[in-house]
Amino acid sequence: MHVSSFDHYQGRVSPVHRLDPRVKVVVTVLFIVSTVLLPDGAWTAFGCSWLLLLAATRLAHLSLGFVISRSLVALPFALAAATAVFSVPGMPVFSVKAGPWTLVATDAGVIRFASIMLRSWIAVQMAIVLTATTQVPDLMHALRHLRVPGVLVATVSFMYRYLFVLSDEALRLLRARDARSAMPVEGAVASPSVLWRARVTGNMAGQLFIRSYERSERVYDAMLARGYAGTLMTINPHTMTRLDWLWLAASAAALAIVQLLGRVQLPGPI
Amino acid sequence: MIPLSGNLRPVLLHTPDGFLSVGVSLVFWLIAIGFVGLAIRRTQGQLGERQVPLMGVMAAFIFAAQMINFPVAGGTSGHLLGGALAAIVLGPWAGILVMTTVIAVQALVFQDGGLVVMGANIFNMGILTALIGYGLYRASVGRQRSVRLATAGVAAWLSVIAGALAVSFQLWLSGTSALRVVFPAMLGVHAVIGIGEALITVAALAFIARTRPDVLHQDSPSAGGLGWVVAGIAMALAVVLISPWASADPDGLERVASDLGFISAAAEAPYAIAPDYTITALGDGLLSTVLAGAIGLSIVAAIVMALARVARSRALHSKP
Repeated sequence: MHVSSFDHYQGRVSPVHRLDPRVKVVVTVLFIVSTVLLPDGAWTAFGCSWLLLLAATRLAHLSLGFVISRSLVALPFALAAATAVFSVPGMPVFSVKAGPWTLVATDAGVIRFASIMLRSWIAVQMAIVLTATTQVPDLMHALRHLRVPGVLVATVSFMYRYLFVLSDEALRLLRARDARSAMPVEGAVASPSVLWRARVTGNMAGQLFIRSYERSERVYDAMLARGYAGTLMTINPHTMTRLDWLWLAASAAALAIVQLLGRVQLPGPI
Repeated sequence: MIPLSGNLRPVLLHTPDGFLSVGVSLVFWLIAIGFVGLAIRRTQGQLGERQVPLMGVMAAFIFAAQMINFPVAGGTSGHLLGGALAAIVLGPWAGILVMTTVIAVQALVFQDGGLVVMGANIFNMGILTALIGYGLYRASVGRQRSVRLATAGVAAWLSVIAGALAVSFQLWLSGTSALRVVFPAMLGVHAVIGIGEALITVAALAFIARTRPDVLHQDSPSAGGLGWVVAGIAMALAVVLISPWASADPDGLERVASDLGFISAAAEAPYAIAPDYTITALGDGLLSTVLAGAIGLSIVAAIVMALARVARSRALHSKP
């Protein structure tokens, strides 16, 4: 696993990349909250939210395919919302026979399901735009400026720094296990039992823990040797320009309009 | 929630945005912030300036450990969630901090879990696992190793189930899922996943105890931690009581679900914000008691621990 496999787009230049990371974080959170607050069946508002998202994606010079393919990560959860189709009271639309039960889908249920899926899908895409346009150190600084406790931000920064190192360590352990044929083989006379395999896996996890722990001790000693006194320093203060404030205000206004659209009864066949 | 691939990784507990209502998200954010704030302060006191590098690398360890799999049967393989292991090995507060960091990075960098619902995810996978994982293990401190390991295994299994139950309740409270379907489904899947968690946790713990026992979080029997034990046992009892009741009484669940349909059609916000969750309005005595107990236990646990800490510091200060 390598760092560069995840931030293809972070080093690019675009109007969105240039924004103060605080603005990007706040706008993303506001957008997600606005999306989640929209009532069921507010198709116009959902559509406008998606258009805003599309605009952000274009302005960030991201490919829509990239954003959409990353957004499919939450798909298994669709099953959780699927139960809403059959459990919200309303006019029956269709029915499904599942064994001894007959499940009746209602119109309100279908609307609820579609709304949940749309909200989730739109929200995760905005989060993807945020991460694709913001370098992780800038993201951490933004969180710090937004009053997230310094200890938490520093811990997250450290984790990010080392997760690729330790993931590679874990992959090496997995490869070593495979090389020593510790996995069950189809049709073999004597395959290792589940308990044995679990013990091997547990030993690997324990081994990884000890290596990580000792590595953290070395990291700490190295930091001490370089003058670490308990706080992480930065030489990159972020300042809000007028353009940043403008973006913030425009986004807030756009989201307010979307909320209005979602709640006002528009005349016509909706 | 049935895993689409053969991968039984407890990633099914990483709720994305849009599946929980704003009210439910807010309540669990408040709970999470309370616990995490406490965790930051307690670990700072215990570790001083070693806190950040150790916690950061440990969080990276949990993330990497979640990649390690072991094949169970056919094409499926089990994975580690790590909440109970982190709490047992590092101590409860450090465990909470580490899992919070893991969940934050997974959500921010990999979109594995939402941003607005992160409070709920932290509660399900970080706080519950610390409460049950450490609480139960702490109750067995001072006994022989086999008993402690067995307790750790049971604690790890219960922690996964507790997380699954919490997600089910949150989905139901948000009006996303029908309880009578999501509850048994999550329970069934995670009862199996939890076995893998238990096995790996016990094996890892045994390995660490063999090779570097000095690294394990040591609690002398006289030190505090009673609050954790009480909270952990209470939470575990709640999990154990709710699960068979829910599976054995589908009629009760159907009645609840039809009530739910009415409630969710009428209003989303009010009942989700207040800790009552309109339990009395549901009209089912057993459900209201058990729900209130399960959800309120974490708040109670926090109060108990705070009181225990105040009492101990007072006792310390009163010494000559």
